[in-house]
This record gives sequence, C-alpha cells and structure tokens, in this order.
Amino acid sequence: MKKTLQYSNAQLSMLVVLRVLIGWHFLYEGFVKLLNPNWSSVGYLLDSEGFLSGFFETIASNPNSLAVADFLNMWGLIAIGLGLMLGCLTRVAIISGITLLAFYYLSHPPFIGLKYAMPTEGSYLIVNKILIELFALVVLYLFPSSRQIGLDKFLFKAKS
Amino acid sequence: MSENIENKNIQKNEDTKKLNRREVLKGLATLPVVGAFFYSLYKKKQYDSFLKSSLLEEIKISGEAPVMPKTTANSKQIRLGLIGFGIRGPQLARSAGFAHPEYIESLQKSAMENSNDKRYSNYLEQEDLNVVVNGICDVFDVHAENAQKAAANINREGKSGKLASFPKRYKTYKELLKADDIDAVIIASPDHWHGPMTIDAANAGKHVYCEKPLTWTVPETYEVVRAVKENNIVFQLGHQGRQTESYFKAKEAIENDFLGKVSLIEVTTNRNDPNGAWVYPIHPDANPSTIDWQQFIGQAPQHEFSLERFFRWRCWWDYSTGLSGDLLTHEYDAMNQILNLGIPQTAVSSGGIYYFKDGRTVPDVLHTVFEYPEKDLTMMYSATLASNKRRGRVIMGHDAYMELGSTMNIYADSGSDRYRDKIEKGIIDTNLPIYSFVPGRKDVDAVTSPTEQYFAGRGLLYTYRGGKRVNTTHLHIKDWLECIRENRQPSCNIDEAFDEAITAHMGTIAFKENRKVFWDADKQQII
Repeated sequence: MKKTLQYSNAQLSMLVVLRVLIGWHFLYEGFVKLLNPNWSSVGYLLDSEGFLSGFFETIASNPNSLAVADFLNMWGLIAIGLGLMLGCLTRVAIISGITLLAFYYLSHPPFIGLKYAMPTEGSYLIVNKILIELFALVVLYLFPSSRQIGLDKFLFKAKS
Repeated sequence: MSENIENKNIQKNEDTKKLNRREVLKGLATLPVVGAFFYSLYKKKQYDSFLKSSLLEEIKISGEAPVMPKTTANSKQIRLGLIGFGIRGPQLARSAGFAHPEYIESLQKSAMENSNDKRYSNYLEQEDLNVVVNGICDVFDVHAENAQKAAANINREGKSGKLASFPKRYKTYKELLKADDIDAVIIASPDHWHGPMTIDAANAGKHVYCEKPLTWTVPETYEVVRAVKENNIVFQLGHQGRQTESYFKAKEAIENDFLGKVSLIEVTTNRNDPNGAWVYPIHPDANPSTIDWQQFIGQAPQHEFSLERFFRWRCWWDYSTGLSGDLLTHEYDAMNQILNLGIPQTAVSSGGIYYFKDGRTVPDVLHTVFEYPEKDLTMMYSATLASNKRRGRVIMGHDAYMELGSTMNIYADSGSDRYRDKIEKGIIDTNLPIYSFVPGRKDVDAVTSPTEQYFAGRGLLYTYRGGKRVNTTHLHIKDWLECIRENRQPSCNIDEAFDEAITAHMGTIAFKENRKVFWDADKQQII
C-alpha cells in the first residue's frame, strides 16, 4: 500500500466482492461459535495431525490455554469478518485472518497418510479450501481496496 | 460578473458536496451487506430455534445422574478386607483409594512423557472415601504382597513414597472374615468363589462388594440371597455401569416413551485380543509353593496344579461362567437398569470355540436370545472374542431407536407414527439424532452440528473439559460405602443381582444343554 493502485471499476468491484465474501465467511463462523453455548475448539484441536499436532493438543489439554484459544478464535473470527466486510483496519484483519487460517491448515494438513475424525465435504490432497482462502487473503493484501471502498477511506484520510 | 463567480462557487461547492457524498457512499458501500448478514443470521437463528422447539415438544429430558454427596471427614471410617488381588482386585482397590506404588509410578511416568495423560492428576484428585484396609487375602503370595503394599500406600505415592504399616495377610478368607477390625469386604475372586465367599461374609456380618457374576451355580444363588437378607448386610454387585450418566438419560427417555413400543434389544460384546479373550499373562514367580492350589480349587472339580488354569481360569467352566457371566451380565444389567426387564421367560443359546483353540472349555463366540412375552420384547446378546467390529448396544422401538454407549443418541424411525408428521415436514431428519447426550455437556440440545456428532462419537468431546474424567467403579464403591453408613440399599443390590445371576445362568444352561430354558416365576425356578 505504498502507493494507491489504479484499478478499473470492474477490478475494484471484484476485489471488494472477494473481500466481502471472505469477511462474511469469517463472521458467520465466529457467530456460530458465539451462539452455541457448548462450542469449544477442544475436539478440533485434539483431532490435529501432522508435525504441529503436539502443539495443538497441548493447548487443548490445559483448560486455561484452551479458554484463551476458544476466546481468540471466536472473537478473532468475528473481528476479522467485520474488518473485511466493512473495509475497516483491513490490513490488520487480513494479516490476522492469514494467521488464523494458517493455524487451521497446519492443525489439519491434508497430507498423504493423515486421517481425521472431522468430515470434509470434498476431496483434498495438500491443497484444501482453507489454503485457497488463505492465499485469497494474501492477494487481497497485495491488492488493497478498503481505502477506495471501505471505512479505511475515512480512517486513513490524511495519508491518501 | 460577481454573480457569475458566486454561481460558479456554488456550483463548485455543490460539486465538492456531491463528490464528498459520493466518497462517503463509497466508504460505506459494503454496509448494506453487513446488514444483510445480520438479517440472514437472525433468520437462521429463528429457523434453528423453530427446529429445536419442534423437537423439544416431543422430547423432554431433564434428569441428571444422582449427585452423591461428598464423603465428610467426620463420617464413620469403614474398615475393609480385600479378598482376591489378581486383575480386578487391584482395580477395585485403586477405586477405593489404594494403588500399588508401582502403579502410581507408571502413571507418573506416562504423565511426564505425555502431558495429555491426566490419569495421574485425576487419580490424586479422586475423593478420599474415608476407608482403611485392615486385612487382605490371596492364595498367591505375590498377589497378597501387592495387596498389602497397595493398602499401605495411603498417600498415593510412587516407589520412593512412605508406606503405612501393612495390613494383616490372612491365609484363608474364612480367617479374614473372623477379624473384628473388618466391617466390610471387597470380593474379586474367580467366579466359583463368589457365592461361597459372599454367603460366609454375610453370615459373619460383613458388608459385601462382590464382583460380577453373583454366582457360579444356580443353587448357590438362592443361598446368597437368603444369607444377605437374613443378616441384613449391605450388598453391592460389581456392575459399575450403574453409575454411567448416559444410562440415567436413557432410562428417562424410555420412561418418557420417546422410542414407542420397544420390541427388540440388541446388545453385543466385540473383542479381538488375547487379554480380551482371558489369555492373561502368567507370573514368573508362580509355582506350587507360592500358590495355595487347593484353596483355589475350592468347590471346583479336582485338577492337578496348572498355571494356565490359575491365571486364565475364565477359560474353563470349572471356575468360570464364560461369556454369560463375564460380559453378558454387564449388558444385561445395563438393560435391566434402564428397562426394568427382570428375569426373562425363556433363553436359547448357540455358539462354540471357533478361534481360541487353546484347550478352553467355554465358547469364544456366543449368542443368547431371551424372550419376554409379557413385555412383548426380545433381548438378543451376541458376542465374539475374535473380532473388534463394533456393533454397539441398540434399543429398537416403533418410533425411534437408541444407540447407547458413554454417549446416547436417539434416531427417529422412518416408519414412525409419532414422528411421521415432523419427518414429512422436514423438521426431523432420520439420519441425524433427534436427541443426543454427551456426558459433561451442560444443556440438552436436540440440534447439534455434524462435526460435533463426529467428535462425540469418537469420545473426543469434553473429555478434557476441566481436566476430569469420572471413574464409574469409584462411584460404584462409593455408593456401596455410603449405603453402609446410612443403612440403605445400593444401586445394584441383592435383588438386582439375583435377576442378573438367574438370567446369566439361563443363557449358560441353554448353551451347555443345547435346549430352550424356561423360568418358572411362581416357583422361582429354572426349568
């Protein structure tokens, strides 16, 4: 974001649409957890496989770290979702989103030989939808749109 | 001219305003989508609560497992004697608070190696039941010494810990029963000793916790009941399933008639390893000089000294009740607890020794079918010791069926009359549970996400919530001790035990004699 990129109307519109769609997804995932009093990430964390599974299982096995993980996950999803949809503090939202998705991906990498209790709705080999969403966010980071369409327009008025 | 300029300025201002308005609109362009999101969320929530309330109209379960009060420090201390300290004996002792130092050491070690292994801290947190072990008895010297060490490990420490003084080792259980400093005994002997030991203990005025099955033969079953009742002792049979939370929920669901008319119950045993087939390890120090063979034999047929028979006694009818007594009884007792089945009218059995051809006389594959014509239902038990295929435990009704384990799920039946309307309207999906119980979860929820279902099924949910697992055997022993203190009847009392023993014997006789066996309820006899 060193300089404002010049987009055609169509390019800008589609970048905003992509940003809003991903934001919607984050926001709903966050609200699903918030509205379910029984929700906890413990099952998901314990289901972890791959080279970081020990790390995720350690979080799950300690009630305090689990509570922190649950809180950050739930409110993180909501904050990122709102950030992306409204175009508000979008850079922070995108970086947080990428971090969160990296955790999801690395806790359940679709690598050869790893099996999960969690059902998937499709078939994946190394690449799954989490990874694609993650890289879509990377693209959105490199092609910012929130200072043209979004609340960042007002937040960063002086600079633009 | 000036007017012109003014006009121009106005025009310019309006342009700027327009521009600003346009800019503001661009800044807020996505706001309507956020609005649409929250409207959709509201609609979704409304739909979910409609589904939930429609289901809850049908299904109302509130009951929890009874909460047992904590043992108070000033409650009367109960003085125990331990009879039999092979495999189950040490487990029962641990549940009462007495673990062998080597066992504690092994828990400490695995907790260090794997921080997810909470067994050590859970064990330290296990409630102190205010009991003491004053006497032990086992016919094998090594087991007897293990019992003494476990009983003396009152601080639940490892090998370097400080032990209290050893309880007295009695050479025979009869001598132990004479001791004045013992109020109650825990019996974990082979099956052929359960009856005689319980009778003698009751006659000596000791309260009894006895492992299942109640008896080895039919005649001694009546004797045990008489002795327990005449001496007015508190008797608990070792079916710890009585404390399983999901069974309480299951009972309530049945009582509320969620399943409709139940006509078939299917219970199973599925094992596939030597340990599960009773091929237990033989201790290197075991020999005729360390084992009191004659005392082991007792009322069983005479046989020359045999390490296999001593350690793997469950494989021979001479000491065992086979699958019926060892595993069918757990399944039966669970169903008797939930459905108040009582003793069946008839039993037929079939099976054989199909995999473990190691000289055993009891079958490794067994099926027993019990008929309850008065209740219009059949209970089918099917067991194999040579396949781990999980077949579960299912109660089948006209309107719904229940799958029961540590979790409990009720599925509507596609042919149900009661739920037909809701199935047709799409409120009930017969592929998803209409009711699901997961222990440890706070509220009852009829609608759960598919992911949650998966985790629940694999036992991955809530296990570590608060870091606690509840040991049902501990609760079962506690139930017994509290009943002794308050002179009440425990959950698996002598009447329940009688039903269990007779039912298991009917299955065994049907198998051994290859015939249909009947229960004459008036004469209280198997014919």
